[in-house]
Amino acid sequence: MTFLNFFISGISLGSIYAIIALGYTMVYGIAKMLNFAHGDVIMVGAYVCFYAVSRYNLNPFLGVIIAMFLCTVLGILVERFAYKPLRQAPSLAVLITAIGMSYFLQNTALLLWSSNPKVFPSIIGRGSFKLFDGNLSVSHITVLTISVCIVIMIVLSLFIGKTKLGKAMRACSEDKGAAQLMGINVNATISMTFAIGSGLAAIAGALLCSAYPTLMPTTGALPGIKAFTAAVFGGIGSIPGAFLGGLMLGVIEIFAKAYISSQLSDAVVFAVLIIVLLVKPAGLLGKSIQEKV
Amino acid sequence: MTMKRLINLKRTEARRIFITYSAVVIAYVIFQVMSSSGFLSSSMRGMLVPICAYMVMAVSLNLVVGISGELSLGHAGFMSIGAFSGVASAILMQSTITNAPVRLALAMIVGAIFAAIAGFLIGIPVLRLKGDYLAIVTLAFGEIIKSILNNFYFGVDAQGLHFSMLTDTTRLLKGGRLIIRGPMGISGIMKIATFPMGFILVMISLMVVFNLVNSRSGRAFMAIRDDRIAAESIGLDITKYKMMAFVTSAALAGAAGALFAMNYSTIVANKFDFNTSILILVFVVLGGQGNMLGSIIAAAALTVLPEKLRGFSDYRMLLYAIILIVTMLGTNNAEIREFFTKLNPFRRKEEA
Amino acid sequence: MTKRIFTCALLILAMSSCAFGAPFKLGGTAPLTGGAAIYGTAARNGAAIAVEEINAKGGDIQFELRYEDDTHDAEKAVNAYNALKDWGMQLSLGSVTSKPCEATAAENFSDRIFALTPSASSAAVTEGKDNVFQMCFVDPNQGTASAQYIGEKGFAKKVAVIWKNDDVYSKGVYDTFIEAAPKYGLNIVSDTTFADGNDTDFSVQLTDAKDKGAELVFLPMYYQPASLILAQAQAMGYAPKWFGIDGMDGILTMEGFDKSLAEGVMLLTPFNADAKDELTVKFVAKYKEKHGEIPNQFAADGYDCVYAYYQALTQAKANADMSAEELCTKMIEQFTTMTFNGVTGENVKWSANGEVTKDPKGMVIKNGAYVGLD
Repeated sequence: MTFLNFFISGISLGSIYAIIALGYTMVYGIAKMLNFAHGDVIMVGAYVCFYAVSRYNLNPFLGVIIAMFLCTVLGILVERFAYKPLRQAPSLAVLITAIGMSYFLQNTALLLWSSNPKVFPSIIGRGSFKLFDGNLSVSHITVLTISVCIVIMIVLSLFIGKTKLGKAMRACSEDKGAAQLMGINVNATISMTFAIGSGLAAIAGALLCSAYPTLMPTTGALPGIKAFTAAVFGGIGSIPGAFLGGLMLGVIEIFAKAYISSQLSDAVVFAVLIIVLLVKPAGLLGKSIQEKV
Repeated sequence: MTMKRLINLKRTEARRIFITYSAVVIAYVIFQVMSSSGFLSSSMRGMLVPICAYMVMAVSLNLVVGISGELSLGHAGFMSIGAFSGVASAILMQSTITNAPVRLALAMIVGAIFAAIAGFLIGIPVLRLKGDYLAIVTLAFGEIIKSILNNFYFGVDAQGLHFSMLTDTTRLLKGGRLIIRGPMGISGIMKIATFPMGFILVMISLMVVFNLVNSRSGRAFMAIRDDRIAAESIGLDITKYKMMAFVTSAALAGAAGALFAMNYSTIVANKFDFNTSILILVFVVLGGQGNMLGSIIAAAALTVLPEKLRGFSDYRMLLYAIILIVTMLGTNNAEIREFFTKLNPFRRKEEA
Repeated sequence: MTKRIFTCALLILAMSSCAFGAPFKLGGTAPLTGGAAIYGTAARNGAAIAVEEINAKGGDIQFELRYEDDTHDAEKAVNAYNALKDWGMQLSLGSVTSKPCEATAAENFSDRIFALTPSASSAAVTEGKDNVFQMCFVDPNQGTASAQYIGEKGFAKKVAVIWKNDDVYSKGVYDTFIEAAPKYGLNIVSDTTFADGNDTDFSVQLTDAKDKGAELVFLPMYYQPASLILAQAQAMGYAPKWFGIDGMDGILTMEGFDKSLAEGVMLLTPFNADAKDELTVKFVAKYKEKHGEIPNQFAADGYDCVYAYYQALTQAKANADMSAEELCTKMIEQFTTMTFNGVTGENVKWSANGEVTKDPKGMVIKNGAYVGLD
């Protein structure tokens, strides 16, 4: 039973990684850039939601919607001013700009909202489902996070697979030049990707802070890196991969803490990642691209 | 025609190397004179050694990122290994080798050796991967090194050296000294790092990197970077060359780590985290991939910049972020670059 | 930039002209940005209030306070320290966090600038330095005191410890707690850790403590992870006794924190924002008015540091024309002999090696407020 309980804890933690990883992987899949500021957009989303709910006493779901809206705007602005001018630049330059953006958002948050941690009000309360005479408990927020993850995953997959805009995104991802020749507005498509990714970040922020309620300007940074790892784990660019990678990372982390050593759990997580990448160099569900000679 | 171009190319390369060396020497002489005649503020004087260490870090990472073409996000890990092994060896040598510069030099060599070994061991799996996957694995190794050092205990007493992991089970005899104390790192370090030694290390790493780049192996590195398949088809042993660049880079980072650590009375493993790796990567990208002088200037400028922004108190790090973004845009976007060039006629020269 | 310096200069001029003597230049480094900024800003704000109060009195002793950001990093702390030295710092407030303070304390020692740190509590900060003093308890003392408190009051026999594995403060307290525990009849049944990257989920640590039958969980850490631990323990229906140290202080003032979670939590802290003595009431009211928040232990330590300096300088009849080195000698003399009353303790004394002796107050949280344990 303890094992099952740990498994469920792992899934709860993993579902949070998964939802952050979805944003990472989507932006990477289309724009081919590691958006290191994603974790910080999540933090902004969480703060907006926090203020909407605790200061203005709005309904939590309304709070999430406001946060989504503001984060989408933020994502578009960030993309417009920091990433768009670098479309032709080497990918490393964009990476560094994204890191600069991450510092920028963190420090702005510090000035706006101070460094004092805030306790995030859970959007659906802190209850849990009890199974097997209360021996096993699954918190509501975990169930919600996983459901939201699955919904987002399906919607995103359908969106990218079936809609016209989604097709344009895939085309940009495959070959920007060719996409342009086919009459696709590459710039607009990439901006759209960021807008969607940032909107998702707001949901991730609300769920992250509902599950683990302290909120500080640095809240997004470390989960961001973990989620990035999860995205690579599952095969970066692959949407189901991000989901699977996130869940697995969470479970591995909890099991490493429980059965190996709580002190070395991070080392174990990263060691597993390395082994997986050595066996499957493009991640669990990633496409390995054949080299053309 | 092609021969002539080749000779020209060689000439420009030779001139670039010459400019790099002379810039470093001139800067050193200026700062050394200013420092000894008391013209330098404490703040600047305190930064001389770390700047040297960061320069070496930047140059060594540039060998991997710029010349060999692999993105590494865990370079601080090697710095960490060099710092811990270097400082520990310096403490062990404290009573036998009383001459501080000699001890520092030996400690840097020890740091370089340990980091090189780690670089070799990590290189075996890492260099089988490519692109962003390689990057994430180097990040992972950086985190693993941090995690291990946070749980590592090392002490010395009359019976010899004692190691332990996770908990301190070294049980030192009376008079023994617990040198590495897990999360508490090393305390009470004798601060023997000096600016002249830092300068020497910068010169040595430049020599190592330039010699490597302009040798047969160096041309192989670049051939692999520019077209891996073509390089492979003419029979270049890709793994061997990549490993050579990776291990050299790790060794230099190790020496830099030892130098850096011995400028402070205390170090902890958490100092050498992902953020530090990223910081060094920023030096390389800002200075230009493959451009050693650029790396050196960027390392110095970005170390001094946050200090110069202290006047803005709470807005300091925000401004730093903005300057970083604007510089990246300014150096990488054609339109913005043009705008800046018009604004400042000297700018191009600084970048060269 | 120049404009700013100019206004600063004007301000300084204005300040010094209304005072009787030139101000003492008091400088400290603190994390004002980054993850540890909560502690740095609090200490700075606390110190600033004391400086303001003292300067308003218009006596012979006036202060000019300057805090520089060290981002909780030893390298940046030395840079910040050097910047303060260039500014002409005469008295130092060290650094707020332990590792940076170890680095700056070494500089204080070699430069002969006296330092009184508000909250850098590791033993290595003062070790071997005659001019570095602490306002807070040194970590090893807290570990021993906690074990003694728990053992002697008979709170529990089976104890679990959850500590932060990459943190000097947590480790320092943990080490001595583990060492002292058997002496006071405590049996450590569960010993688990967390670190920076995995400080969100505590289910494994809590399950371990629960399964091993721990009656009390000792939390040598700051309040932010502690608040998560309390929430998660409640969610899994685990209700042991909780025991924290001074870093736990501040948990009740987190915006949005459900105070019922902390019901019954015991902690050793030198500062209690709810205390009714005149000093504390005055300080808390001022802090709230200025910053809209209830001050935590760091703010109180910062506040006390400035007043301790005030007392020592008054007694030593020091004036601001003295060099840092002269002041250093005088301060060493004063601090090793004087007794100080502040918001973080009464009858505070310092030993020659710079460690403070004051009684840790055992507190328990009842109905969302601290109540003395005795």
